[in-house]
Amino acid sequence: MSNFSIDIQNINKSYEKTTALKNINLSVNKGELFGLVGPDGAGKTSLIRILTSLVLPDSGQAFVDGFDVVKDYKKIRQNVGYMPGKFSLYMDLTVLENLNFFATIFGTTIEENYELVKPIYSQIESFKHRKAGALSGGMKQKLALSCALIHKPTVLFLDEPTTGVDAVSRVEFWGMLKDLKSKGISILVSTPYMDEAELCDRVALMQSGEIMQINSPQQIVNDFSHTLWQLKSDNLYKTLQSLRNWDKTHSAHAFGQSVHFVANSSKITSSEIKEYMEEAGLENIEISGIKASIEDCFMELMTNNPTN
Amino acid sequence: MNQSINIIEVEGLSKKFGDFYANDNLNFVVKQGEIFGFLGANGAGKTTAIRILCGLSKPTSGKIKVANFDVYKQTEEIKKNIGYMSQKFSLYEDLTVEENIEFYGGIYGLKRKVLKEKTNELLKKLKLEDKRAKLIKEIPLGWKQRLAFSIAIIHEPKIVFLDEPTGGVDPVTRRHFWDLIYEAAQEGITIFVTTHYMDEAEYCDRVSIMVAGKIIALDTPDGLKKTYKSQNMNEVFLQLARTEE
Repeated sequence: MSNFSIDIQNINKSYEKTTALKNINLSVNKGELFGLVGPDGAGKTSLIRILTSLVLPDSGQAFVDGFDVVKDYKKIRQNVGYMPGKFSLYMDLTVLENLNFFATIFGTTIEENYELVKPIYSQIESFKHRKAGALSGGMKQKLALSCALIHKPTVLFLDEPTTGVDAVSRVEFWGMLKDLKSKGISILVSTPYMDEAELCDRVALMQSGEIMQINSPQQIVNDFSHTLWQLKSDNLYKTLQSLRNWDKTHSAHAFGQSVHFVANSSKITSSEIKEYMEEAGLENIEISGIKASIEDCFMELMTNNPTN
Repeated sequence: MNQSINIIEVEGLSKKFGDFYANDNLNFVVKQGEIFGFLGANGAGKTTAIRILCGLSKPTSGKIKVANFDVYKQTEEIKKNIGYMSQKFSLYEDLTVEENIEFYGGIYGLKRKVLKEKTNELLKKLKLEDKRAKLIKEIPLGWKQRLAFSIAIIHEPKIVFLDEPTGGVDPVTRRHFWDLIYEAAQEGITIFVTTHYMDEAEYCDRVSIMVAGKIIALDTPDGLKKTYKSQNMNEVFLQLARTEE
């Protein structure tokens, strides 16, 4: 038995003609907050469903808390918490009834594990007699998380808990995950938002069923091997278009009101870039060297692994 | 870009559901060809306002004109002059790419010959010529989004409403989508967009932020960053949009 909370070895999964997961290997340490970061179709949900014993892999092995996801599925279901992308709440039951229901199924009571869910549940407790269907999105999310935690799981799986959620609620939600981590719960969370990678201990950047990179977010950013320039001008769209037509361009992507630019030679100077932009008729040009973000790294990895 | 013409005029828009003000005295103007970001936390009242601007719901009070038509009396004219696309875009999964274009073109009353030309033009632009006979359910999400957007403007509307159009796609695909938005804006179509991606808010010409039914800030992204002493729109949004539940 390993020391890992989650240990995945050579997992493959296809649905008819579509390959959902290609030879996935990764392990999550005890008490780690691990992120699966990638767009729709990356394979995040398939992987989480295999780890929670809801789908069988075609090949490979995976262990959660030392239990085999195929042979020991009953143990796994007792020990893990799972919050699927679409909340599995009963909309016709009240907040309290939902929580009671999940507690009963796992052979426990709200009282027994109240301390664990308290920081989250207390935020919605004043609505405990309201039907789940009548809650706002943010409150449903808190209830779903409380229900996934009420049996005190050792490992928590969260499938895109923040998708479609506004920026303020997302910050709050990640705060809750941090608290849970500090209580020793291992967490595997998936997200399509690149900026959330920075809130994880380690992440796997996924695309089209494959893991492109696994590392801490700091290390991923440090490993970005190019010089990255931030370019500003009076016209963002025109800046992008002219850079895309330049034979010295490796990549040019819009980032807010600036363009992130990588040249195909490391010898390029800012005055060369400036000259090119001026010739393209751009004004108010500002050029600075910057540090890459996870999103820069993700796009660079996509260019290197053109699986699409 | 002709930014002298007002394409949306909103004066004192309020919408009440019972005692609850979903929209509370909104005032703003959107110019032709502008990319206008309409931001707010979940439940702030964005969808209510968009439904009114699209002629799908009547306001409780206020004077509102969309493409110079009155939202109380001229809702049919409004519907003909706007396009709409949401994250749950309304392409028919069991129809092909080409059939979807023809279906929507038909609904908007495009003549057969015009529609044929438009279809070819659109397939060429989206590089979907060899995929025209593919069912929608067989094509990747990024293509669906680009197609849904192009169909939403097939009748050359004055304004297109985009309700969280880019959820779920990778960062490169998301940027390709914004290329289409810029192109449409350059052609004079006004873009009215909601998003939870704050970097996308920075692509807008102007941005409004709604909290609890009220617009509490409206300016260019640079102006907002200056006013709220923030590095980026995410910081601006976090400062302003603290929700109470």
